[in-house]
Amino acid sequence: MNTNLTERNYLGLSDCSSVDSSNVPCISEVNKNSLNLKATELRLGLPGSQSPERDPESSLTSSEKLDEKPLFPLLPSVDGICSSSPKTVVSGHKRIFTDVMDSCSEVKGLSEGNWLFSGSGSESDPSKSVTQGKFSSNSNVNGMVSLGDQPAKGTTTNLNKVISSNSPAAKAQVVGWPPVRSFRKNILATSSKNHDEVDGKPCSGALFVKVSMDGAPYLRKVDLRGYSTYQQLSSALEKMFTCFTIGQCGSQGGPGRENLSESKLRDLLHGSGYVLTYEDKDGDWMLVGDVPWDMFIGSCKRLKIMKGSDAIGLAPRATEKSKN
Amino acid sequence: MPTMDPNRKKSKPVDLVDSVDSRVELTESTRSCPFPDEVLERVLSLIDSHKDRSSVSLVCKDWYNAERWSRRHVFIGNCYSVSPEIVAARFPRIRSVTLKGKPRFSDFNLVPEDWGADVHPWLSVFSSAYPFLEELRLKRMAVSDESLEFLATSFHGFKALSLLSCDGFSTDGLKAIASHCKNLTELDIQENGIDDLGGHWLSCFPESQTSLEVLNFASLNSEVSFDALEKLVSRCKSLRVLKLNRNISLDQLQKLLLHCPQLMELGTGTFMQELISGPVTEFKNMFSNCRKLVTVSGLWDATPLYLPVIYPVCASLTFLNLSYATLQSSELANLLFHCRSLRRLWLLDTVGDKGLEAVGSCCPLLEELRVFPADPFDQEIFLGVTESGFVSVSRGCPKLRHVLYFCRQMTNAAVATIARNCPDFTHFRLCIMNPGQPDYLTKEPMDEAFGAIVKTCTKLQRLAVSGLLTDRTFEYIGQHAKNMETLSVAFAGNSDLGMECVLKGCPKLRKLEIRDCPFGNAALLSGLTKYESMRSLWMSACNVTMNACRMLAKEKPRLNVEVMRDEEGSDDSQAHKVYVYRSVAGPRRDAPPFVLTL
Repeated sequence: MNTNLTERNYLGLSDCSSVDSSNVPCISEVNKNSLNLKATELRLGLPGSQSPERDPESSLTSSEKLDEKPLFPLLPSVDGICSSSPKTVVSGHKRIFTDVMDSCSEVKGLSEGNWLFSGSGSESDPSKSVTQGKFSSNSNVNGMVSLGDQPAKGTTTNLNKVISSNSPAAKAQVVGWPPVRSFRKNILATSSKNHDEVDGKPCSGALFVKVSMDGAPYLRKVDLRGYSTYQQLSSALEKMFTCFTIGQCGSQGGPGRENLSESKLRDLLHGSGYVLTYEDKDGDWMLVGDVPWDMFIGSCKRLKIMKGSDAIGLAPRATEKSKN
Repeated sequence: MPTMDPNRKKSKPVDLVDSVDSRVELTESTRSCPFPDEVLERVLSLIDSHKDRSSVSLVCKDWYNAERWSRRHVFIGNCYSVSPEIVAARFPRIRSVTLKGKPRFSDFNLVPEDWGADVHPWLSVFSSAYPFLEELRLKRMAVSDESLEFLATSFHGFKALSLLSCDGFSTDGLKAIASHCKNLTELDIQENGIDDLGGHWLSCFPESQTSLEVLNFASLNSEVSFDALEKLVSRCKSLRVLKLNRNISLDQLQKLLLHCPQLMELGTGTFMQELISGPVTEFKNMFSNCRKLVTVSGLWDATPLYLPVIYPVCASLTFLNLSYATLQSSELANLLFHCRSLRRLWLLDTVGDKGLEAVGSCCPLLEELRVFPADPFDQEIFLGVTESGFVSVSRGCPKLRHVLYFCRQMTNAAVATIARNCPDFTHFRLCIMNPGQPDYLTKEPMDEAFGAIVKTCTKLQRLAVSGLLTDRTFEYIGQHAKNMETLSVAFAGNSDLGMECVLKGCPKLRKLEIRDCPFGNAALLSGLTKYESMRSLWMSACNVTMNACRMLAKEKPRLNVEVMRDEEGSDDSQAHKVYVYRSVAGPRRDAPPFVLTL
């Protein structure tokens, strides 16, 4: 069992030879004292900082991106395109674990096999875009994008031969790998699609949606059918993503955990925490919590945990929309 | 049976080419056999195994003749290794043919369209040579609607058609089969590149069709007429395999099951209902009459609400295919609790490691496990299963022989443990989905993992490797994998040495498929004397040049050395895709322009 943080090389860079992650499955074991996302859930538009505009962001996405809706650049793009907004840019890009791990070295032992990387890690300024600070040294690798730079391009091309399946643009994918026949390609996708098509009625099948979080290097998927209230969903998401948020505080692990939560909550109250947003059937990003649960799961396509400061101006009146 | 051929394979049907080839070595013998031909033929007609039949054919000329007259089934592992004329000339009384075409990597889009493997030339020859042909099983062949129509109308006693991973046809072809094959017992359509124009084909079965035993249309998307289906099922009293597609609802399934209590294998349709008014109780007894059911598949959209409906039949199930059901770990655990007799289990990795723990605890008789990735091409990581799930299964299922496992992380230690727990592996295919990924804990290559497998599992016949691998892996394979017949390699190795070790060290190697490895000309040519004892070699995106291929072709005229050109035609001296196979039929006459036979 690894006690130390290990690097995970998400972009399959064999030269980095760092692969990690026994971590992920243990997320559910994370202590309940983790951050309560719920506190952020119903937060409406926050004062202050700019909110990302949707259109500019979509124009920023790499032309190589296939089916991901480019609203928020959480998804890394192969050629390292950045968004124009300093606040949002980096959140879009996967960061190399090396840097993340470095910053998290204090965060050991949070829980077994924790995802131990943070958004800002040692960055003390929570108002900065999560990964911003991390990009100061761009020497390693894809997905690392600093504002205005496009370093990833160069490094990516070195690895053309062994392109990882972690880069989001499907075109960068290796042909015929993994060796799965094409009829197996979209089993998850087709199961949720199938339900969406059934007259808009809630069905009792699985309804998987992707959940991403600003600053997290990878996504999860949740089955919305597994929950019946916002409360349950947010608890589950807390558990899944807690390490990120705890890390956010430049935290120390172990006994300090409860203190962390408190301080995190305090941070939230000051507007630098996270909000849960979702993309609905029309492609608009809404804040979670405004509509009845059933209506929500009927229209939710994917979820995103955004930094509160980034969520300004986000379809503030979801209820109005749903009345249409 | 005494045999003259030291390369006799043990387990798989022997390639036709093997014994055709050896024919030339037979000497004339005087009739020393005391039996009249007819008696000998009668005796030999009882032999089914291809391997035995090939051995028989080598004993002496009389036996060779008796064998060829008594043979009813021919298996052709590579359609280009022999021509239909040669087959027809040697075996005059065939009733059943199995034919495989394209190289296996065509399933993963590595072979361009129109590569070949057209079944039509075979059908043409067979229509005159074998007018009484009853069964045709095709894998990775190009099949057109015209061919299917031709088949349906040329062979009046035709009974069984199985199409797996074929392409080029549409549901119109199926219409022809359904309409014309009066004695049809089997229609098995699996995973093909089929143009699905609608479900009308099923309605083409005439009222007089009562002989169906196997009907599998699970992979077709269009809706069939339920009325036609229900009537068909009720009049086919011998139906034992029924695999429905996703459009068949739960209550439709319930109605069907009333008509076929004799069913042994069932592929359900969608396993949930839209309207939730008193749902489950309606279906509670749906399976209560299916006392012979041993295989269940389908189960699309199955949820905890409806899964319990199959619990009554679980105890006698030996094969459960859940690879279309996005089950979570607890759902699987609850289900498997009832499935103690399982021998074969296919899953999606949505069940996670926890789901696999349930497998280990509930299924001690398990022999085959396949875990498919639910999201293989999705760029974001959905974790799926890890090394720990595999280890849990190995602990609880020591009889495991056949494994296909897709995961995103693995360790050498885990695989070593797995090998110790399950020393009887015959098929071991591990796919670490990120190419070239090392042991995620130690950061070392995965050499020791596969080393452990080949050292411990002496019965290993089929191996697929992945992860970061050096030549060491192949040294291990060459040293220990003495029963290995098929090896698949991708993104592995350091140098020619790797491939050389395998070619030198694995006496039973028949199929070698390699992609994206740094093996070059020396490696290719080191197998010069080996390839004729193999069915085929595939090398793509390696370091092989055209000159080396030409040299191979020149030295070994009984091999077909084919090079596929990339569309861009970038570097003409490099051989991007090489396919080498033995053949008694000479070079292909139907090669498309991008296939160059050297």
